[in-house]
Amino acid sequence: MTLYSRRLLTNRIGIALSMIAMVFGLAALLWILWTLFYNGFSALSWDFFTQDTPAPGTEGGGLRNAIVGSLMIVVVTTLVSTPIGILAGIYLAEYGATSRFAAVTRFVTDIMLSAPSIVVGLFVYALMVATLGGFSGWAGSVALSLIAIPVVVRTTENMLLLVPISLREAAFAVGAPRWQVSLKVTLRAVKAGVLTGVLLAIARVTGETAPLLFTALNNQFYSTDMSQPMGNLPVVIFQFAMSPYDNWVSLAWGGALLIALLVLAINIGARVIFHQKDNF
Amino acid sequence: MSEAADTGQVDLYAAKINKFKLQDMVFHKTTLLFAFVVLVALAGILATLTIEAMPALKSFGPSFLWANVWSVPDDQYGALIAIYGTLVTSAIALLIAVPVSFGIALFLTETCPVWLRRPLGTAIELLAGVPSIVYGIWGLFVFVPLFAKHVQPMLQKVLGDVPVVGGWFAGPPIGIGILTAGIVLSLMVIPFIASVMRDVFDTVPPVLKESSYGMGCTTWEVVWNIVLPYTRVGVIGGIMLGLGRALGETMAVTFVIGNANRIVGSLFAPGTSIASTLANEFGEADPGLHISSLFALGLVLFVITFVVLAISRWLIKRGVAKQGI
Repeated sequence: MTLYSRRLLTNRIGIALSMIAMVFGLAALLWILWTLFYNGFSALSWDFFTQDTPAPGTEGGGLRNAIVGSLMIVVVTTLVSTPIGILAGIYLAEYGATSRFAAVTRFVTDIMLSAPSIVVGLFVYALMVATLGGFSGWAGSVALSLIAIPVVVRTTENMLLLVPISLREAAFAVGAPRWQVSLKVTLRAVKAGVLTGVLLAIARVTGETAPLLFTALNNQFYSTDMSQPMGNLPVVIFQFAMSPYDNWVSLAWGGALLIALLVLAINIGARVIFHQKDNF
Repeated sequence: MSEAADTGQVDLYAAKINKFKLQDMVFHKTTLLFAFVVLVALAGILATLTIEAMPALKSFGPSFLWANVWSVPDDQYGALIAIYGTLVTSAIALLIAVPVSFGIALFLTETCPVWLRRPLGTAIELLAGVPSIVYGIWGLFVFVPLFAKHVQPMLQKVLGDVPVVGGWFAGPPIGIGILTAGIVLSLMVIPFIASVMRDVFDTVPPVLKESSYGMGCTTWEVVWNIVLPYTRVGVIGGIMLGLGRALGETMAVTFVIGNANRIVGSLFAPGTSIASTLANEFGEADPGLHISSLFALGLVLFVITFVVLAISRWLIKRGVAKQGI
C-alpha cells in the first residue's frame, strides 16, 4: 500500500467515524424523545391535569398537585433569581474589568454553573429545613434560585460586554450618569440576550430534581402553601418511576414527557428570541 | 444676564452632578451587593457542609475517606464505596464520551455542510438541556432491559474468558449496575464536551488550516496535526467540564446504578455513587452520625468537583484566549 493510499484510507476512516459519532448523538436524542412520547403520551389526559396524585394501590389519578407545585416553585425561583442575577451581572460588566473581587465572583459563578445540584440541596436543607422546622416550597425555591442565579449572571455579563463601546461613550457624552447609561442604554440594548439567559435558567431549574428532594420534598395532596412541603413534578416522577404500581409508572412517564417538552420548548424559544434580534 | 443668575445656574448644575454622583454610588454599591450574594452562597455551601460533616469527620478521622464500610445498623461509615462508584462511573462516561464528542466536533467544524451546522449544533445543545431525570427514567425502563438482554451476555461471551478484563464483566447480567450508569452518564456529558470542543475548534485561525490543506493534507491530518495540537488546552478543559458534570450527576445515576453499598470488582455489579447515596439515604437518615456522614460525602463531592471545574475553567479560558496568531 502506498503512502498516498494509506493517508487517504486513514482520512476516510476518520471522517466516517466522525459521522457515526454525529449520528450516534442525534439518534440518542431521537431515541429518548421517541420513548418519552411512546410511553408518556397515553398518560396525558384530562385527568392527568385535573386529578391529584393517587394514593398507593388506587386507580387513576393525575399530577395536578405536582404541576401546580412545580409551577409555583419555578415562578418564585424566577422572581428571586432574575433581579439578583441581572444586577450581579451588571456589576461584573460595569465595574468588573479591573476589580479583584469581580474576578473572584466570576470564577465562583462559573464553578456554580456546573456544581453538583444535590449539594445545593444539602446546603439549603441545613440552612432552612433543619433550622426553620420542616420541608417547604420556599426552601425548594431557594435551592433552585442558587442554581438559576449563576446562569443569569453569566449571560447578562456576556451580553453587556457585547455592547459597542461607542454606544456607552455617546450616552456619557450627553451627560448621562453611569446608572442611567447602564440601565437605560446598555441593558436595554441587550434585553433580548438577557431574556434568553433568564429563559435558559428557567429551563435548567424546571427539570432539576436533586435539589428538591430534601427541600420541597413532596406532597401527596393539593397545596398552594409555600411554607409546607410541596408536590413537584421531578420528585413525583422519581418516586413514581421507582414504584411497583403500573398507574404510578405511567404517570411518571407522562410527567417526564411534560417536563421534557416544556424544557425543550423554553430552550428553543430562548434561541429564537436570541437570534431574532441581531445582538451586535 | 446678571451674574447672580449665572451662579444660580452653576449651582444648579453642581447640585445635579452631586445628585448623579450619589445615584451612581448607590447603583455601584447595590450591584456590588448582589454580586456579593453569589460569593456568599458558595462560601455558605462550603462552610455549612463542613460544619454539618464535623461530627462524622471527628469520629472517623481522615480514614473516613478510605474506609470500605457503610453500615447504618452498626453506625459505621466510610466514603470509599461511594467514591469508587463515582470515579468508576465517571471514568466509563469519559471513555465513551470523549471520542464521540471529538467526532461530533470534527464533523460540525470540518465536514458538515454549512447550512446543516446550525441545526445540528442546536440539536446537540438541546440534548444538553434534557433534564437528567428523563435520562434516568429512560435508562431504567428502556436501556436497562435492552442492555441486560442483548449487550451484557454478548460482552460476557466475548470478554468473559480474557484474564483480568473478564472479571470486569463477571456476574449475572441484570442490566443495572456501574457500567450501565457510566453509559447513561456518557450520553449526558457528550453534549457538554462536544459543544466546548466545537467552540475551541472554531478558534483555530483559518490561515493555519488553509496552509496545510494547500500543502495537500487530508481533513483528518489537518484535524489531528493542526487543529488538535492548537486547541489542546481548550479540549482538555472541555473534557474536565464533562468530568465535573459526570461526578455530580444525581438522577440519571440513581435510577440505574443499583444502589448497593459494596465494592465488587465487576462492572456489571450494582454499586453506588456519592450523589446517588445522598439521594437515596438523606431523606430518611437518622440524626447523628448517619446524617453527618452524608454531609461529609457531600463535602467530598463538592471539593472534588470544585477542583475539577476550576481546572476546567482555567484551561478553557486559556484555550479560547489563544486566538489570533
